[in-house]
Amino acid sequence: MSYAVETRNLTRIFAGKKRRRKRRKGTAEEVDEGSGPVTALDGVSLEIKEGELFGMLGPNGAGKTTLIKILATLLLPTSGQALVAGHDVTKDPFPIRQVINMVSGGETSGYGLLTARENIWMFSQFYGVPSKVSKGRIDELMHIFGLWDKRNAKVRMLSTGQRQKMNMIRGFVTDPDILFLDEPTLGLDVNAARTIREYVMNWVRGQKGKTVLLTSHYMAEADQMCDRIAIIDKGKILACDTPGNLKRMIRTQTTFQLEVDTIRDTTSFLAMQGVKNFSQKDDISKNRSLLTFILEDEGPVAEILSSITSQGSKVHSLQKSEPSLEDVFISMVGRGLD
Amino acid sequence: MSAATARRTDWRYRINLNLHAVVGRSYPRIVGANREPSWIFFEALLPLLGIAAYVFIYQAFGQAALEGTSDPAARAAINANTNALVASVVLGGTMVAFWLNVLWSMASQLYWEKEIGNLQLYMMAPMNRMALLGGMAVGGMVMTSMRAVSTLIAGVFVFGVVFQVANPLLLLAVFFATLIALYGLGMMFASLYLLWGREAWNLSALMEEPIFFSSGFYFPLGGLLRIPGWGPAVAIAGSFIPASLGLDALRQLTLGTTAFGGKFWIFDVTTELELLILMCVVFLILARYCLAYLETLAKREGKLTSRHQ
Repeated sequence: MSYAVETRNLTRIFAGKKRRRKRRKGTAEEVDEGSGPVTALDGVSLEIKEGELFGMLGPNGAGKTTLIKILATLLLPTSGQALVAGHDVTKDPFPIRQVINMVSGGETSGYGLLTARENIWMFSQFYGVPSKVSKGRIDELMHIFGLWDKRNAKVRMLSTGQRQKMNMIRGFVTDPDILFLDEPTLGLDVNAARTIREYVMNWVRGQKGKTVLLTSHYMAEADQMCDRIAIIDKGKILACDTPGNLKRMIRTQTTFQLEVDTIRDTTSFLAMQGVKNFSQKDDISKNRSLLTFILEDEGPVAEILSSITSQGSKVHSLQKSEPSLEDVFISMVGRGLD
Repeated sequence: MSAATARRTDWRYRINLNLHAVVGRSYPRIVGANREPSWIFFEALLPLLGIAAYVFIYQAFGQAALEGTSDPAARAAINANTNALVASVVLGGTMVAFWLNVLWSMASQLYWEKEIGNLQLYMMAPMNRMALLGGMAVGGMVMTSMRAVSTLIAGVFVFGVVFQVANPLLLLAVFFATLIALYGLGMMFASLYLLWGREAWNLSALMEEPIFFSSGFYFPLGGLLRIPGWGPAVAIAGSFIPASLGLDALRQLTLGTTAFGGKFWIFDVTTELELLILMCVVFLILARYCLAYLETLAKREGKLTSRHQ
């Protein structure tokens, strides 16, 4: 089996800010400023097969971007090993750089004075793509991504969505074998996000040897697109499997969703016997909370309802649901992504 | 891995890749200059005011000297001297354009690229980092040459400067050696400025006026050698900027070595060309090592290629 990406016990520790002792005004007290080392990745071992669309789900600060930066040869691991296209990111970055590309959500790269087409062409030159080939690919991709009308618009005149489409084309124009997509649909409207999702899926599945590592905040996106998903939190991989298998992992558990008036005290829920995990989403405008419980069985439901009503909160709805990827995430991480 | 991932690593491929990168990175500079016509005002017309100030001062000195002289030979000598001074200022103004480009658009460029989010895309690409900076330099040279040419044209047609070029090939050799050494210095600064972050801007501002003076942009630098005490020290320090020696050689080649009585030159043209070639080699090698160090540091610390870190 050949792997596009392979990491073994990969760890990355950031030094943190320098410590600085500062005397607080008017007092003899000294304040220690700065922060200690931060472990962004903690012994991550992953294998991404060639031709796979691999997803990575995790909250902010989970280590997703750090992992992508190591794989993209932009960051050195503190310990462990990472191989991309069979080459070590630390010792042999050149052949890796030839076959990879990366697109991040909310990217503002390029030069405002250049047109969208010129910007993409410029980046393609850094990969040695012949101009004629590059321009042909750009035109084709601009049609696919619906950016053709804006091909001669200066980059500074493009909207966020158009700019992100341009970034995506930049990622594909070099015809990489391995593409890292870091939250590529972040902040995009539904149509733009759908165009990108469909193209990425077709790109991986329509050709041999193309691999995508995708990080996303959107559970449904990862569920729809990815062959396998890793759930990462605090620098550790908590689970890694197909979306179907991940959901089956918690099928023995029961998922309940309750819509209630906003409640403040939720500490008692996790202490209840039979409650494996729960998350809370507040809708301030409606003064409501959506509580998702992962339960061992239906036993604790009565106790949960009693706890909510004892706080003076009203239960508006109660629903038992099939486990979704979000439930898997909550079950493992202990909170939702939002 | 599959055949798809078995890419080329031979030298022919690498040269082709890096030439593409140079063309790619020089493109925004060359095209950008044409898209912002305001550069004509800021880059070509405004700097002429500073040059004009020096020209008028030198012409006033010449006029004052002529008023007390009736001997035709002495008057001719005064006129030749005034022309040499004005021509020195015009040539200095031409080279100032390149120095400012090196300082603001080369040295501080990587820091700026980091701020707008381009740097990590550059660092991730397979091209050599020197090709990236080379592209910036080529683009900068082309763009700045427009300002330089406009200064020269103004010098000839507005200020009536007369140049006498005896050896155009040597002139071109000195000019290009100066540019390569100058932009090599800029490449070296680029990585250092990135390490220093925001202080880079202050450093550029700090290095502007003192170097204008110590490099003799508006007067023949050899004149400082005749000032006892601090004069030679400043002239020697200024000579480490390639523009100083380049300018001195260019002045000798366009005004003749006998201008100013042959007393204001630092070295002869051949020596200055040799020193400039040495600077080209040293600065380009140092730039390469600085960039390699920067990249390793960036990857180790994780702070240089990301924005807002």
